[in-house]
Amino acid sequence: MTAQLYLDGVTRSFDGFKAINGLSLSVDKGELRAVIGPNGAGKTTMMDIITGKTRPDGGEVLWNMATDLTRMDEASVANLGIGRKFQKPTVFETHSVEDNIRLALKAPRGVFASLFYRSSVAEEAKVTALLDRIRLTHLRTEQAANLSHGQKQWLEIGMLLAQEPQLLLVDEPAAGMTDAETMETAELLKSIAGERTVIVVEHDMDFVRALDCRVTVLHQGSVLAEGSLDHVSAREDVIEVYLGR
Amino acid sequence: MRKLIDLRMGLFLAALFLVTVLAPVASTLQAGSTFAMPSYLIPLLGKYLCYALLAVALDLCWGYAGILSLGHGAFFALGGYAMGMHLMREIGARGVYANPELPDFMVFLGWDELPWFWYGFSSFPFAAVMALLVPGLLAFVFGWFAFRSRVSGVYLSIITQALTFALLLAFFRNEMGFGGNNGLTDFRDVLGFSLSAPSTRIALFVLTAISLAACLLIAKAITVSKAGKVLVAVRDAESRTRFMGYRVESYSVFVFTVSAMMAGLAGALYVPQVGIINPGEFAPANSIEIVVWVALGGRGTLVGAAIGALVVVALKSWLTATFPDLWLFALGGLFILVTLALPNGLLGLLDRFKPRRAKPAQEATA
Ligand SMILES: Nc1ncnc2c1ncn2[C@@H]1O[C@H](COP(=O)(O)OP(=O)(O)O)[C@@H](O)[C@H]1O
Ligand SMILES: [Mg+2]
Repeated sequence: MTAQLYLDGVTRSFDGFKAINGLSLSVDKGELRAVIGPNGAGKTTMMDIITGKTRPDGGEVLWNMATDLTRMDEASVANLGIGRKFQKPTVFETHSVEDNIRLALKAPRGVFASLFYRSSVAEEAKVTALLDRIRLTHLRTEQAANLSHGQKQWLEIGMLLAQEPQLLLVDEPAAGMTDAETMETAELLKSIAGERTVIVVEHDMDFVRALDCRVTVLHQGSVLAEGSLDHVSAREDVIEVYLGR
Repeated sequence: MRKLIDLRMGLFLAALFLVTVLAPVASTLQAGSTFAMPSYLIPLLGKYLCYALLAVALDLCWGYAGILSLGHGAFFALGGYAMGMHLMREIGARGVYANPELPDFMVFLGWDELPWFWYGFSSFPFAAVMALLVPGLLAFVFGWFAFRSRVSGVYLSIITQALTFALLLAFFRNEMGFGGNNGLTDFRDVLGFSLSAPSTRIALFVLTAISLAACLLIAKAITVSKAGKVLVAVRDAESRTRFMGYRVESYSVFVFTVSAMMAGLAGALYVPQVGIINPGEFAPANSIEIVVWVALGGRGTLVGAAIGALVVVALKSWLTATFPDLWLFALGGLFILVTLALPNGLLGLLDRFKPRRAKPAQEATA
């Protein structure tokens, strides 16, 4: 099986500080992968590099072993089929919940395409189905600014799904959620994987356990350990840098 | 259609239509009759409508896309100069120096041939196209560089202000070939109609009103389209929009260019009605004043921007006539008042009195 996302020897420093230091990672198509690691380990920076926000100083980032992502900007990477959820939930506050989803729906992204765009019945059905899936149907005409933190997280996940990406990068989705919501989120992400590839960054160990998937431990910008949660959490070095604290 | 002409837009267009019909009629009535209006008010009203159009242009890019341009006066002035150049060419041999080839100021400077960039301006259609194209092209090139380098917020405002200031200095120079300090004036007629004839003035006024209505509807159509929603999305969360695959700079350049062309149109309509265009129109303070109009009327409302412009310029006309020293203080005071007390402008004030539709119970924010 070939990797859908392949990072090899990626480095990136900020003012001499190596935030990413020889990072190598390979994720298969349809896989669900959890990335854990202490604060400042470089998890968000890794996503910045994959999505074209940050250019690495060196190393390879390949999409389907063919396309070099390091040369592309955010919009091009997104249009390849890579979607991203931010660590801090980011939705369009002054738009209604449904318009947030509509804007995200997979469709041509050009100015003139948008100017003359008319939504079809099929697309409206997709919006309705998605709202149902993220449980925001009752708030569909509400301004997104009025949602709770957890609801915004869900809305952003819904927007991500609306884009129909092949790979979803999800940065700390459970932050600000109740325990019940956290578990629901884990279920949602598990249901997405398979059809799509999902990489989740998370701190919450119960959440990671619920994901029940392969885990990569990041530390000081490179991979410290990889394997099942039980495997990595049994390792001395992992306990020392992360779990023991 | 309901999206395009909502209640506010409908009321405003209806009022505009009434004024456009009634003012010319009133201006032709015998002096002394009850509804008579002095005919000099027609170009004055026309001038106000040009400012309203300029405010709508700025609101399109500031109110919806969050691009606070402090240089829209420059696009207005460029449109004005394009029209002014045509009006200069129409003077022909009737100038003081009676030179059929050269405008007076060129003869005065001792030039013996028309600079290349004046070619074509003897044609009205050419000048009309240039009045839109020159501001549009400048905005396109300027925006392309600025938005591609991701200049935004305060930095963008500052460089737009620098742009209009640079043009102010350039247009002051005689060597530039735009009449220097004095600008372009002493116009006679347009398309063969005398600019001082009441009928020409009425025609220009009506044309301005139609342009204002058309631009309001175009701006509204843009803002209610999906592209308009993308613009608001960029304003709210630019990086989210990028990671969704929208090329943000294309949207910003597009709206900035359309807005600049509307400003150019306003300038082109302004010049024949006031009879002069000079470098003073590039003054940075002019561009800032446009921002005050939009803020006062209600940013992101289009109709509000037009109303804001009309209110402020009417106030300005009155104050500068009665208390000439007070105007700048009044402008500053207005700006402070709007910022502190009316964050959504006059239209926002109206909304406060509107009965609210029941909102679904909000859940407590976590
Ligand atoms: N744009 C940036 N400029 C300077 N330092 C940065 C930048 N982005 C990330 N860093 C640094 O890189 C390190 C890794 O950060 P981050 O990737 O956010 O960690 P994590 O998401 O694992 O908590 C941190 O020390 C952070 O301060
Ligand atoms: Mg992070």
